[in-house]
Amino acid sequence: MEILIKNGFVFDPTNNIDGDVMDIHIRDGKIVQEVSESAKVIDAKGKIVMPGGVDIHTHIAGAKINAARLFRPEDHYRRVVPKTKLTHSGVGYSTPTSYITGYRYARLGYTTVIEAASPPLETRHTHEELNDLPMLDKATYIVLGNNWTILDYLSEGDLEKAAAYVSWVLKAVKGYGIKIVNPGGVELWGWGRNVDSIDDTVEPFNLTPREILRGLAKINTMLDLPHTIHVHSNNLGKPGNAYTTYQTMDAVSDLAGSNPNIHITHIQFTGYAGDDWLSLRSGAEKLSKYINMHKHVTFDLGQVIFGDTTTMTADGPFQYILYNLTHNKWTGGEVEAEASSGIVPYSYKKKNYVNSIQWAIGLEMALMVKDPWRTFMTTDHPNGGNFLEYPRVITWLMSTLARERSLKKINKRARKRLALPTLDREYSFYEIAIITRAATAKALSMKNKGHLGIGADADVAIYDINPETINQTNDYLKIRKALRHAAYTIKGGEIVVKDGEIVQVVDGETYWVDSKIRDELMQSVIPELKEKFKQYYTVSFNNFPIAEKELLHSRRIQRKGKI
Amino acid sequence: MRTITDVVCPVCGCLCDDLEVHIDDNDQIVKVKNACNSSIAKFTSVMKERILKPRVHGKEVSLDEAIDEAAKILANSKFPLLYGWSTTTVEATKKGILLAELLGGVIDNTSSVCHGPTVLGIQEAGVITGTLGDVKNRADLIIYWGSNPLESHQMHLTRYSYMSKGRFYKSKKERTMVVVDVRKTRTARLANKFIQIRPGEDFELAAALRMAIKGQVIEQEEVAGVPVSEIEKFADMLISARHGVIFFGMGVTMSEGKFANIEQLVRLVQDLNGFTKFIMIPMRGHYNVKGSGSVLDWITGYPFGVDFSREYPFYNPGDTTSVDILRRKECDSALVVASDPVAHFPISVIKYLKKIPLIAIDPHESATTKIADVVIPTAIAGIEAEGTAYRMDAVPLKLKKLIEPPEGILTDEEVLERIYERVKEIKGD
Amino acid sequence: MLKATLITGRTMHQGMGLEYGKFSEFYKEKVAIIFIDPEDLEKSNIQHGDTVRVKTPYGETVVVAQKSKEAPHKGLVFMPYGPWANLISGAETNGTGMPHFKGIPCEIERAPNSKVLDLEALLMQYLGDE
Repeated sequence: MEILIKNGFVFDPTNNIDGDVMDIHIRDGKIVQEVSESAKVIDAKGKIVMPGGVDIHTHIAGAKINAARLFRPEDHYRRVVPKTKLTHSGVGYSTPTSYITGYRYARLGYTTVIEAASPPLETRHTHEELNDLPMLDKATYIVLGNNWTILDYLSEGDLEKAAAYVSWVLKAVKGYGIKIVNPGGVELWGWGRNVDSIDDTVEPFNLTPREILRGLAKINTMLDLPHTIHVHSNNLGKPGNAYTTYQTMDAVSDLAGSNPNIHITHIQFTGYAGDDWLSLRSGAEKLSKYINMHKHVTFDLGQVIFGDTTTMTADGPFQYILYNLTHNKWTGGEVEAEASSGIVPYSYKKKNYVNSIQWAIGLEMALMVKDPWRTFMTTDHPNGGNFLEYPRVITWLMSTLARERSLKKINKRARKRLALPTLDREYSFYEIAIITRAATAKALSMKNKGHLGIGADADVAIYDINPETINQTNDYLKIRKALRHAAYTIKGGEIVVKDGEIVQVVDGETYWVDSKIRDELMQSVIPELKEKFKQYYTVSFNNFPIAEKELLHSRRIQRKGKI
Repeated sequence: MRTITDVVCPVCGCLCDDLEVHIDDNDQIVKVKNACNSSIAKFTSVMKERILKPRVHGKEVSLDEAIDEAAKILANSKFPLLYGWSTTTVEATKKGILLAELLGGVIDNTSSVCHGPTVLGIQEAGVITGTLGDVKNRADLIIYWGSNPLESHQMHLTRYSYMSKGRFYKSKKERTMVVVDVRKTRTARLANKFIQIRPGEDFELAAALRMAIKGQVIEQEEVAGVPVSEIEKFADMLISARHGVIFFGMGVTMSEGKFANIEQLVRLVQDLNGFTKFIMIPMRGHYNVKGSGSVLDWITGYPFGVDFSREYPFYNPGDTTSVDILRRKECDSALVVASDPVAHFPISVIKYLKKIPLIAIDPHESATTKIADVVIPTAIAGIEAEGTAYRMDAVPLKLKKLIEPPEGILTDEEVLERIYERVKEIKGD
Repeated sequence: MLKATLITGRTMHQGMGLEYGKFSEFYKEKVAIIFIDPEDLEKSNIQHGDTVRVKTPYGETVVVAQKSKEAPHKGLVFMPYGPWANLISGAETNGTGMPHFKGIPCEIERAPNSKVLDLEALLMQYLGDE
């Protein structure tokens, strides 16, 4: 199958292409030099052509999401999706069903998504849902920051064995990277407690969150994993936690080489200055200053969208705090020897002082950090807001007028205390392409994604915006509309969306890391893991691993470790 | 002779996965180790009352004929009911969901008559729960409320709770077990404390406990037949535990109040989290009722009672649930897979089930297969067919295929796939 | 005659019977029964092993009385889930989907001239072709 996308304004930052009018040639699912006369021609004149979106952090598949779906029938009733000849039916807004999630992302021009958190024991469930997520390539991070096997080895000072376990578990559950959520705090939540700082001692392991972070950062390097450690820092949601975030970033700065070695996820939620809710301020100024001066850090926004949503994280204690604040219904689950989770419906209100500050922080971070290659756009769907609102976030970043209009509607006292009204930077289309595709693909080491160079996967989004004639400040509503309904989405060289509608349903591939370490190290660790399974788990060691054939389409990424 | 280890047991919600199955050279299962009585019964009854050939109106037919007849019935039906799913694989249930969507019918699983009220309670208030290993490792206070595991989940206490060996608590000596029930069951006899309540007053006791843990004064002498002094002692036990768990069963979901009982227990556990660590886990009966509910949930948004007649999933218990649909005579055909409603539904609705065209897919004869118009035998999941199952606490495991099914017998998944394709043909899509 | 509240539920033997086969003698022996508190047995002159008729607002069923080992539970009787209990369970769910399986008011009396039906006969009698 050959496609020729003609005369579009191409934004391919990885290859330094900034709106040049050029053709893109596709054959057999790849970008190629040239196609034949019989290629299907897409006339992209006057339109933007970008690589397909790569969402580096979203909660869309697995036990936690399914538990959220179960207890939010009211969220389902508000959005029902009848079946069509091509597509299945479904429901939901903040917790949509699997098929619907895939269709919606495709219509936005996204082609790759990463499920943000999956505990090893429940990752088989995550993959079953990812198998039913059409239109997208995908992967999942594995929550490991409170994992007993890792905490045992780290507390014994045995870094190599800890690394061997990480290598084993990533392969066993077909995961893509190390996710760390409130390290140490979630272990204490197993007894109903939490940590207050990254230097608290987590008994009985006699470890601090700082030591857990450093240990896993070292392991990540030892295994040469394709992404950095992906960190949801301690004290999420607490006023003053910007300091904890700064400490978290700084905790691993001496371990970094020339590339980033830590990703701070949904930094908005951990970017609070002030001492309490009344004196809450944005911590963006200090955090962005640190990030500007320290190249070992990448981050994503976790941007707030006003309206109803569902919060869901693996930060059990934080969700309990939110339950107490809101008295909304609350679901939580402990996963033996591994992790925790909590789910609470929530509504961000424009007139609410705290919500207004929260809303500003994500935008301030994006506008104050100078390097778009280390800035990723997310809403931490659905925690900050729905992925359907990515176009809205983009226009906030591209248009001072869009920001002004929203600023007029927020809490007045908050507005007075924010830097945001003074920031007049506007993101270009080029920079938007970086923070939604080029940079995220690079951070994931997905060499064939996020760009349109020869050999790249033919994942392409075409939007009906003329970058030369549009006034990005004033016509932001036009931009938003065009981004909501891609003129074309091409996935793996197949046209799947046209004029915002699904025209073909395809399956994607599930990426996972086959981490290799030296044989005798792995062999020495296996008997110890079997013993730990007997002691800690309620499933047998042999039944725990997921076979490759359990993934609908497996994409194995081999990484050779240094150990 | 061969031995297969780490076999996942396809009987109850415990989903034990340490069974050892011994198979002789004729592919017969001769012995099972680490299994409870019900599990041994299942593994050694593979050929008991086994259906070997498909039937239409009592006559033996070929598989193709049976599938054709089943597809005709469903395709020509205005509102078919697709019920069961709790003792087959997730993969098979998924086929059933797609079939229900194609037909515009209702798909429901056994939760409807089991832990459906639990879902309703959770939809009101949420639920604070955990996996069974969290109990094994951390729980020092184990409560069974309206649940009798010695009868229904025989390995539960040794593998997961009171008598298990975990990281922080290694034996029953280090734990306390409490049973709340209307009879002094065998489980109650094993407990450190038995609280006998009046039938139908679980809601009241839970509400009273919520008051007692907060030190509020209860202005009665007894609640639900339990003296207030006992209630207050129990409340003290609850808040002094390091990590408590309430396992709950049909005693709460079926008794007066139904979902309101669950909601009250949920709120009790949420309140307890203000004092100490507490979780609750529903004792799911069949080994894959949780699995069928999970796949229903991620595909349709709802874990049971899903009506596709509007061309999108619609859920409204009491309206879209099987017993109600049958009682109001709203469906005009039924497909039953991996379940025996004729043995387990009230007689008045079974009479209607007999009147409408009924298709039953099952390895063994049952009350349902005896009265069904079309019977299609299938392989026993977990013994003759592999697939995914979810434990009562949502931990997913892979069922193994140990032996071949009898000649010509396919899996539930394969049969449903064929019915789906044939229905599409008939409907001319 | 004994007036009581009926609950139905799981037993280990009923669970085993499910696997051994619903048409087996074992299943009938373990499921077509009703457990009565020993004091209630005495006061109503019913013996362990007697054939009894159980009536509820929903119907009647003939099963074998058993002396309960889960006493004391005066005024409460227990039957295992299954076809015999379903003859006297209620199909109204009060908008919840869950039928009436526990907390059913019932009357129990000796029925020495009645037979406990096996499952095949039960299906014939209640669902046989009209």
